[in-house]
Amino acid sequence: MSARIDVEQPVVAPAASSSLIKQRLHGMSDRGIAWLFITPTIVLLLAINIFPLIWTIQASFTNYRANMGWLKVRNVGTGNYSDILGDPDLWTGMQTTAHFVFWSILFEVVLGFGLALLVNRKFRGHSFWTTIILLPMMLSPAVVGNFWTFLFQPQVGLFNYVVSFFSGIAPSSFQMIGDVGLAPWTIVLVDTWMWTPYVMLICLAGLRSIPDSIYEAAEVDRASTWRTFWSVTLPMVVPFLMLAVLFRAIENFKMFDMVNLLTNGGPGSLTETVSITLKRAAFEKWQTGWSSALAIILFVAVFGAANIYVKVLNKVKQR
Amino acid sequence: MKPIAKTQGWIATLAAIATLAFGSTAARAQDKTLTLCWAAWDPANALVELSKDFTAQSGVKMKFEFVPWTSYADRFLNELNSHSKLCDLIIGDSQWIGGSAENGHYVKLNDFFDKNGIKMSDFVPATVVGYSEWPKNTPNYWALPAMADAVGWTYRKDWFAKPELRQEFKAKYGRELAPPKDWDQFLQVAKFFQARNIDGKKVYGAYIFTERGSEGITMGVTNVMYDYGFEYDNPKKPYDMNGFVNSPGAVKGLEIYKQIFDCCTAPGMTNAYMSEGLDAFKSGQVAMQMNWFAFFPGLYKAMGPDKIGFFVNPAGPKGHYSQLGGQGISVVSYSDHKDDALKYIKWFAQPAVQQKWWQIGGYSALRAVVEDPGFPKSAPFAPDFLVTMGIVKDFWAEPNYASLLLDMQKRTHNYVVAGQGTAQQALDGLVKDWAKDFKDAGK
Repeated sequence: MSARIDVEQPVVAPAASSSLIKQRLHGMSDRGIAWLFITPTIVLLLAINIFPLIWTIQASFTNYRANMGWLKVRNVGTGNYSDILGDPDLWTGMQTTAHFVFWSILFEVVLGFGLALLVNRKFRGHSFWTTIILLPMMLSPAVVGNFWTFLFQPQVGLFNYVVSFFSGIAPSSFQMIGDVGLAPWTIVLVDTWMWTPYVMLICLAGLRSIPDSIYEAAEVDRASTWRTFWSVTLPMVVPFLMLAVLFRAIENFKMFDMVNLLTNGGPGSLTETVSITLKRAAFEKWQTGWSSALAIILFVAVFGAANIYVKVLNKVKQR
Repeated sequence: MKPIAKTQGWIATLAAIATLAFGSTAARAQDKTLTLCWAAWDPANALVELSKDFTAQSGVKMKFEFVPWTSYADRFLNELNSHSKLCDLIIGDSQWIGGSAENGHYVKLNDFFDKNGIKMSDFVPATVVGYSEWPKNTPNYWALPAMADAVGWTYRKDWFAKPELRQEFKAKYGRELAPPKDWDQFLQVAKFFQARNIDGKKVYGAYIFTERGSEGITMGVTNVMYDYGFEYDNPKKPYDMNGFVNSPGAVKGLEIYKQIFDCCTAPGMTNAYMSEGLDAFKSGQVAMQMNWFAFFPGLYKAMGPDKIGFFVNPAGPKGHYSQLGGQGISVVSYSDHKDDALKYIKWFAQPAVQQKWWQIGGYSALRAVVEDPGFPKSAPFAPDFLVTMGIVKDFWAEPNYASLLLDMQKRTHNYVVAGQGTAQQALDGLVKDWAKDFKDAGK
């Protein structure tokens, strides 16, 4: 017998004051009550998301500068958009972002999945080691950015000394953050350190969702461990892996705080991701119109890519 | 008896009301508070001490809002742009003067100066132009020069005095090991000390500004570029920058700065500004340090007369200049306590107060202080400060200075630190960026 919620029935009211509400609700239609409950959410959504979005779209077609109130706001049509799309510096920033997103996600998925396979086994101190592995993702990106900056310091940083211990290279002879060749990899390294546990958690959820009966069937079929991994474990975890990739890609595409604290976009503009470019244009150069156009372009790009990705993810799930 | 008692009662009530009224007025005078906003650094601590005299004289209490240099501009420009009442007085950077004047953030001080006999001719001319005037070189004053400052250099006096090093240097370069007078000499000295072992420790030639996020590398690179012929625009045609910003001399100056960075700085100094320089110098990492004069009293106190010496920014083939720093003090037009804030400025402008300001660690811009015959002997860095204040140049102070500054930060950092492109490409790009900025600003 299924439970049925009937709004026409009197609502249980412990206090006498609620009887008034009860009477009023009693006279309302289902649709009316539905509106009553969702209106605050809609108002908040309009105020916090939709209104700023419309304002940003409108600003993106103007030369508006928030810090120069005396300048007449002029409609520039699609000028900001063509300016951005034709700006070679911005495309360099896009490449920097793509490099960061691609490599960090690749390492996080490989390492996260590997760790999940390890943690999925029962061993002594299992809970302790799982907690230790999860620690980095519990830290604030600002804290992570700051303390890795100290670790990478060529004169006193622990990282350089560890590298020196294993390789024999003098610790002060290389600099992770300031070197043109190493800096882009530095942000990949720190992001991988911080977010691999997150991917591991998602993969672990995937691994634990595989019914034992499937493994038992594989065992009956005398499938080798390798065969079981390729034919059972991996295909069943793929949707979870794809979900992890989606979450991390969206997050890393807009990564700001950690990169800002770690390299501040440098040396030069080598690690200047688009979110840093956007922040500089919007809140340091106060090019409000131009930066609104950039924000819209990024929003459309991420929204479009995420939509395509989700469709692919759904297809993979349905297989 | 009853009427008398009633009268006495009224008198007592009136007396009580009067006492309360006068009492509260006195209390209000005691409770008057001004908030002064500035950066968090050594001179700010000196100002806290100095301002105690103002409170003692006027009864107006002083509250201070100091923020680190890295967020100083962001924080206070946001306060001004949002018409905040947080700051009654602000010691704002020299580059803010254009925007703050045109946006009405600062109170214009001309009438106040006239009424109170404060003459701008009593202050060092470069500081008046740099900190007070907008438009530049016109008698429109928005601030009183408060903290004169410019880029100077420190060197390790004890290392320069080592006989074996002096002998080796003389054998190599045919002259005495001494603070450099021009950029060729500077490179020689920096290369001489680079990666040398002194007192069992590896040391480096020089510390220069390379910071990317705010203003660091621009405040550093201009010290060389000015000397090689860099100019912001055509002196005869404002905002005409091609051939001035990217002149052959300017390109050469930028190349020299990169050469110093490549040959003679310590590893890891790729995003370093004031505090990194102080740490590097105090810890015995570098032989020469670029920094603001404002830090020199503290450094001298910390290191002692045997270890630290000072010198003026070296000269170049096209002149001898130094980057202007420092700030003027302004009254914020959104303040509810403008009268008291003006009283503070009147008090601060007095020669006796300015003299004390210099003595306790601030840098006075009052000519009566710096032109006093005893001034050069008053501190070991005083003679160099005096010379420097006569050769300073400042960055743009236009309302859109932030855009202009960020463009120069990006172009110079990309070339000097990241090694992207050539100096010519960097400065050609800068001309394009600045032309666009001025066009956007309607100029």
